[in-house]
Amino acid sequence: MAKERVPALEGWFTMDEQAPALLGSRCTLCGTYSFPGETHFCANPRCVGTEFESVELSRRGRVWSYTDARYQPPPPYVPAEPYVPFAIAAVELAAEKMVVMGQVVPGVSVEELSVGVEVELVLDTLYEDDDHEYLVWKWRPVVAHKATGGR
Amino acid sequence: MPDDTRVAVLGAGMHPWGKWGRNFVEYGLVAARDALADAGVLWEDIGFVSGADTIRNGYPGFIAGATFAQALGWTGARVSSCYAACASGAAAIANARAQILAGLCDVALVVGADTTPKGFFAPVGGERKDDPDWLRFHLLGATNPAYFALYARRRMDRFGATDEDFAQVKVKNARHGFSNPNARYRREVTVEEVLASPMVADPLRLLEICATSDGGAALVLSSLEFARRHGAADPLVTVSAVSTVTPRFPNTVIEMPNFSTDSAAGVTGEFDTAGFRPSIARAAYDEAGIGPEDLDLAEVYDLSAALELDWYEDIGLCGEGEAEKLLRDGATTLGGRVPVNPSGGLSCFGEAIPAQAIAQVCECTWQLRGQAPGRQVEGARVAVTANQGLFGHGSSVLLTR
Repeated sequence: MAKERVPALEGWFTMDEQAPALLGSRCTLCGTYSFPGETHFCANPRCVGTEFESVELSRRGRVWSYTDARYQPPPPYVPAEPYVPFAIAAVELAAEKMVVMGQVVPGVSVEELSVGVEVELVLDTLYEDDDHEYLVWKWRPVVAHKATGGR
Repeated sequence: MPDDTRVAVLGAGMHPWGKWGRNFVEYGLVAARDALADAGVLWEDIGFVSGADTIRNGYPGFIAGATFAQALGWTGARVSSCYAACASGAAAIANARAQILAGLCDVALVVGADTTPKGFFAPVGGERKDDPDWLRFHLLGATNPAYFALYARRRMDRFGATDEDFAQVKVKNARHGFSNPNARYRREVTVEEVLASPMVADPLRLLEICATSDGGAALVLSSLEFARRHGAADPLVTVSAVSTVTPRFPNTVIEMPNFSTDSAAGVTGEFDTAGFRPSIARAAYDEAGIGPEDLDLAEVYDLSAALELDWYEDIGLCGEGEAEKLLRDGATTLGGRVPVNPSGGLSCFGEAIPAQAIAQVCECTWQLRGQAPGRQVEGARVAVTANQGLFGHGSSVLLTR
């Protein structure tokens, strides 16, 4: 039987597997976005806003910078066995005027990334147990790179 | 502000950095006694103990000021303990300085020490889904070097920094720290050796990323009046400014341990896109009325070799995108215009979090006194330290003689 696919963390992204989006907030007074979403105070020091609407952030952005994790990160990261290195990207979202971190989908190495490359949000497995696959958001280059990207 | 915001550095002391595996209190105690002896001040004469906390050593680490006071023997001295991540040492210095400048005490002891686990820094234990530091490891596997690497890659893309430039920073610092008795790593390396070391977080290699270390550092600070009465050694080194600034909104540069930057979508008009780091030393310069052109040396937080290049620009040694040229010209090497990290920096020390910003000030003190054999910046009169603690803690101390 297929494992149940659940978010690794509730409330941070939608579970629409075809077109997932990060869930942030937008201050109803000044328009400042936050990710993760804000409920109590606006980050803008010139704003006294206290009401925030939950919003889906742009699904596409451009790479601000990138790296990878050649060595297995320590807990609470739950690594695959055996460990497989992965890339990480910080991605600039134009409408929100902010940069959001994420892992890059498996199979895309740093050689296939560069600053400014367009990426889009997908959901992918972060780790599994006997009954569940725990999903997280990852960035995937929009244009397929070499044979491995854009699965 | 008082007319004269200077306080005297009467004494500086350290326990050598290493991976000793002993209780952090021991390192702090050795450093404190060393600083007291250097100052010629008795422990009983200390009016205020300012501890920099460690969060990986249980309760005694959270109340480090009292822990060190008890270890030295209770005297009734007033106490504070503070945590500001990597900037904890500077925050402890700022607390002591404020007490002195307010006239609440004449002479204060500042101590920070740490015992660190092996390998990557990990968040403290438990399942804490409301803590971004816990979550970035859990959801992203984003270690500290991953964040350093984002900055390094960005430098390569924007300014044409090369792998060789980063390696050259390591080569320089290894040479600087070679004869420093408090440094953990005292071995010269070549560019080839650095480039042959394993890639950890592309483009950063093992020898370009600072280790985690055990160590302790301490300072005895006093009012200028106390220093005069005490007959302090000549030349007298003073702390002329301390910056403990926070970022300004919107900070559009990604900062450890965050998932995102501030959003600038709600900002009308111009805003600074350079991020937090350039504001840190600037606040110290402004406070002292001294500029980067006056510097003889700097101790900056080289968590990675590439980050040292960012600091050159952030502390005003050169303009944006000019750090590689400064390095290649030898300006930041001993004998150059403004040597950076003559101590060997984190590259040779590794990081002992609450001790590190204090250690930077110890090094500057010894440099300004002419007591740094093998790594002395000749005739140094003005020095600055710069450092940044996660969750928005700036740290910069300006020293003069």
